[in-house]
Amino acid sequence: MVEKPSYFNEMGSSGAIRSPYSGLDSWAADMPAEFRNTKQSEAEALFRRIGITFAVYGEGGDPDRLIPFDMFPRVFSADEWRKLDRGIKQRAKALNAFLLDVYSRGEIVKAGVIPGRLVYQNAAYEKAVVGIKPPRGVYSHIVGIDLVRTGPDEFFVLEDNCRTPSGVSYMLENREIMMRMFPQLFRENRIAPVDSYPAQLRRTLASVAPDKCEGAPTVAILTPGHFNSAYYEHSFLADMMGVALVEGQDLFVEGDFCWMRTTEGPKKVDVIYRRIDDAYLDPLCFRPDSMLGVPGLMNVYRSGGVAIASAPGAGVADDKAIYTFVPDMIRFYLGEEPILKNVPTWQCSKSDEQKYVLENLGDLVVKEVHGSGGYGMLVGPRSTKEQIESFRLKIEEDPDNYIAQPTLALSTCPTFVEEGIAPRHVDLRPYCLVGQNIELVPGGLTRVALTQDSLVVNSSQGGGVKDTWVMAE
Amino acid sequence: MRLDVNHRTTYRFDPPMRGVTQSLRLWPSLFDGQNVLDWNVKIDGATRGANFRDGAGDLIETMTFRGSVDSVVVEVSGTVVTKDLAGVLQGHREKVPPLAYVRQGQFTRTNNTIRELARGAIAGAETPLAEAHALAAAVGEAIAYVPGETDSQTTAAEALETGRGVCQDHAHTLIATAICLEIPARYVTGYLHAEGDIADASHAWAELYVRDLGWVGFDASNLKCPDETYIRLGSGFDSVDAAPIRGVAQGNGVEALDVDVSVISSDQ
Amino acid sequence: MTLLSRHAANLFWIGRYVERADTVARLFEVGSRNALLPNTSGGYRNEWESVLRASGTSRGFAAKYGDDVRERNVESFLFFDSDNASSVASNIENARENARIVRTSLTSQTWDALNNAHQEMRELKRTERSKLSMNDLIDWTLRTASLIRGTIEDTQLRIDGYDFLNIGNYLERADSTARLLDVKYFVLLPQVDFVGSGLDNYQWRTILRALSAHRAFSWAYGGEVTAAKIADFLILNRKAPRSLITCAEETCWHLDRLARAYGNTTTAQTQARLLVANLSEISVEDIFEEGLHEFLTRSINEISDLSATIGDVYLSGEGR
Repeated sequence: MVEKPSYFNEMGSSGAIRSPYSGLDSWAADMPAEFRNTKQSEAEALFRRIGITFAVYGEGGDPDRLIPFDMFPRVFSADEWRKLDRGIKQRAKALNAFLLDVYSRGEIVKAGVIPGRLVYQNAAYEKAVVGIKPPRGVYSHIVGIDLVRTGPDEFFVLEDNCRTPSGVSYMLENREIMMRMFPQLFRENRIAPVDSYPAQLRRTLASVAPDKCEGAPTVAILTPGHFNSAYYEHSFLADMMGVALVEGQDLFVEGDFCWMRTTEGPKKVDVIYRRIDDAYLDPLCFRPDSMLGVPGLMNVYRSGGVAIASAPGAGVADDKAIYTFVPDMIRFYLGEEPILKNVPTWQCSKSDEQKYVLENLGDLVVKEVHGSGGYGMLVGPRSTKEQIESFRLKIEEDPDNYIAQPTLALSTCPTFVEEGIAPRHVDLRPYCLVGQNIELVPGGLTRVALTQDSLVVNSSQGGGVKDTWVMAE
Repeated sequence: MRLDVNHRTTYRFDPPMRGVTQSLRLWPSLFDGQNVLDWNVKIDGATRGANFRDGAGDLIETMTFRGSVDSVVVEVSGTVVTKDLAGVLQGHREKVPPLAYVRQGQFTRTNNTIRELARGAIAGAETPLAEAHALAAAVGEAIAYVPGETDSQTTAAEALETGRGVCQDHAHTLIATAICLEIPARYVTGYLHAEGDIADASHAWAELYVRDLGWVGFDASNLKCPDETYIRLGSGFDSVDAAPIRGVAQGNGVEALDVDVSVISSDQ
Repeated sequence: MTLLSRHAANLFWIGRYVERADTVARLFEVGSRNALLPNTSGGYRNEWESVLRASGTSRGFAAKYGDDVRERNVESFLFFDSDNASSVASNIENARENARIVRTSLTSQTWDALNNAHQEMRELKRTERSKLSMNDLIDWTLRTASLIRGTIEDTQLRIDGYDFLNIGNYLERADSTARLLDVKYFVLLPQVDFVGSGLDNYQWRTILRALSAHRAFSWAYGGEVTAAKIADFLILNRKAPRSLITCAEETCWHLDRLARAYGNTTTAQTQARLLVANLSEISVEDIFEEGLHEFLTRSINEISDLSATIGDVYLSGEGR
């Protein structure tokens, strides 16, 4: 029997409610069950009405299912957030410096800080953009940093997302719905707003328009199409930013530029916020069978006619193998100590580390290097002997494909459950914007494991979402 | 050697397409082995643009046709003075780290046969250069030059199994053997002035990265390193990535391709 | 804000599909009314066959049901069958799918109207057939199409997207009126000697009824029904909401709005104006002199040419 670890409850215990939650204690306790049920179904109806359905990118699943929404907000004090804000921006800056470096001089490799093999042989490293400097030297314009918490002052970065992190529409819609349903909460508590995100995103994208762009840049979001599971988010963002939502077929290349097919004829596009993978961007540069992309787009990009966000090749920075080195990147490029910690990670590709992993499978979380969505993952303390043994075989067979981390005592947050209110494990994904400036809206997407004791917050595996509050200064 | 190139590629579409976009890699590489006296790429009716030199040192340009297109004619002509550097790509400016070329692709995926061929070939080779030569020789021996047995979609593994192929298959297989030994390797396209048996003036070979020497060309089809009879255009992971012309057409037309190349020595 | 050509096409097609669903229901009505008359030469069967021919689905129907042209089969095929691209169900489904893509260009009311139509159709498909009368299905379709059009009219912003919705709608309606008339003349009447007979008269009235125009016709023309009066009413009368000239003028009006908004007059406007001008100058005598069928065939081609031009100019994204 595994000893049950004690988890940090973000709200504190009944005797000692932690300050950011003080406004919520009586609100939740005084809420009659019936009222709560009414509100819950009201929220669901609202979500269904606006059409936001289950589909966090890469997780698949029934496209028409709603992601469960928990009405109990997750709260950070202004002090807590200040530290997160600094840590996240620091990380976003270092990741971008890394990308700029490995596509030009490769100083960090030459200095022996990161093995060249891990960078240059990485599948996400794009030879095609070597030596091409994107506008302002920014590669990852929207950095989603997945964080977990284990104590009052203990935050860990679980994962970086440098390509096209999804879920920001939930951050905005969750807030919208909470404000609609519980306006008094927002009168009684001073909660920092998040609704400036779309405007900030647009400003960020406009700020990385190529030098060839004269006048106000035209920004467009490139989506794989309305069959994509994250299409709602694409159209939501396009709508909120007031920019066109285009598919590959809406764009074409001619001369030095990329053009959008409109009812008034071709219109030049200066910045493309793409929500499709590198491999599908341009059949003349990457996968020749791609129907989603724009033939010739990469040539226009590389000759400075259009900006692409995130820049092709940005994925090399968020690989799980590179993740281990992010604290070193921060020291190398910024000369600073990392504000946010990494989760200790063992690479099964290294034989001594693999040995440790195999000896301690029962206590570790094992993940596939390229896996996502909580699939293909072993949570040692929660697994049966058979499951552990089957993972042992998998690791031995293909060690490069696995990393392991300690089982973290993820913090909990009060959550409405059938029986009332109970602690459930949560994580956090804030969205950091990098353009002319580095900006971070005070908030993010909190995912919650709705199943008791579960540590898996992925929506494909019984996870839900919460509104995330940051108390104003 | 002074080489005159005339290279005409004709695409015909029936019924006509609604548009054509091509990415061209049709300009001779700049390195100590080549001095370009004159070079011209002509495409009547096309809009040209979006040109740049990529990280591998290749000049790339984009051309498009909008509206109904029934044919595209790409005409390349020019004169290059070449020098034999024993295959060494000396004085070539590029930024891509060689390690980026240790990567399997659709055409260069390795398997046991390829691994065995590679390991067997380098047994006894004492220097990286000797290893590279040994690999090229082994591939040239394992795959006989027989046109018509393979096509543009044939992989290294398939060509090796058949034991017959053309320069594309030799290059892919050589790359695959090098990669499984963690030796950076890439596909190179260009022209060949040849009076012998293999008179395919449009040619392809491989380059392997040899420590202390840099990139060195190996033509397993002709069992030699590129000399003054070769003109180098560009490189890539494989035949698709390195293709001199990569294009996409919109529409339902059937494409017919006609290529006419001549490489003549104008030395007296 | 810039309208993507693809999205303009989606809006255009919403207009067309909604009108098409409406047309199929109206054809249905023609068939069911004609089927009530027992004394036509081919019996019941003939009436349904002409409906299939008029909707251009004879071949698809034969592939599925052979020559078993019974009301129930025709109903299944023309109303519910998703394999039949011309069925009411397919048209509603297509309209809704196009709407889903351009949802942010639609008001929530317009989206709701289209989405509810889709949900209700799914409900109807699940309903036991014995509980549905053909009249209910026809009524449902006409009511649904009216609701969608009314919502568009009442709630959509008067910007270019609104014009594309309407252009699709009116071009489709022009086409459908021409085809319905042609059906009567060419398909329903198997032999020339029926012309002027009681049957002929009955069929003309059915057409009017199908076009929801029998009262309007009586009000405008009074007295007995003649081919000339009907042709005048459905082709040349500006008061008739489904007449060719009304549809052409509405299309022209919306195209002119686009030209103003974009500050650019194109061949689409020229072509539409020519269509209106020709219909304004021609008389019913001219039409019959040319031959009604010939005239209608020509009109159908002109409408389709205009549609193609609009496609080139606005919907391809390459026109200037």
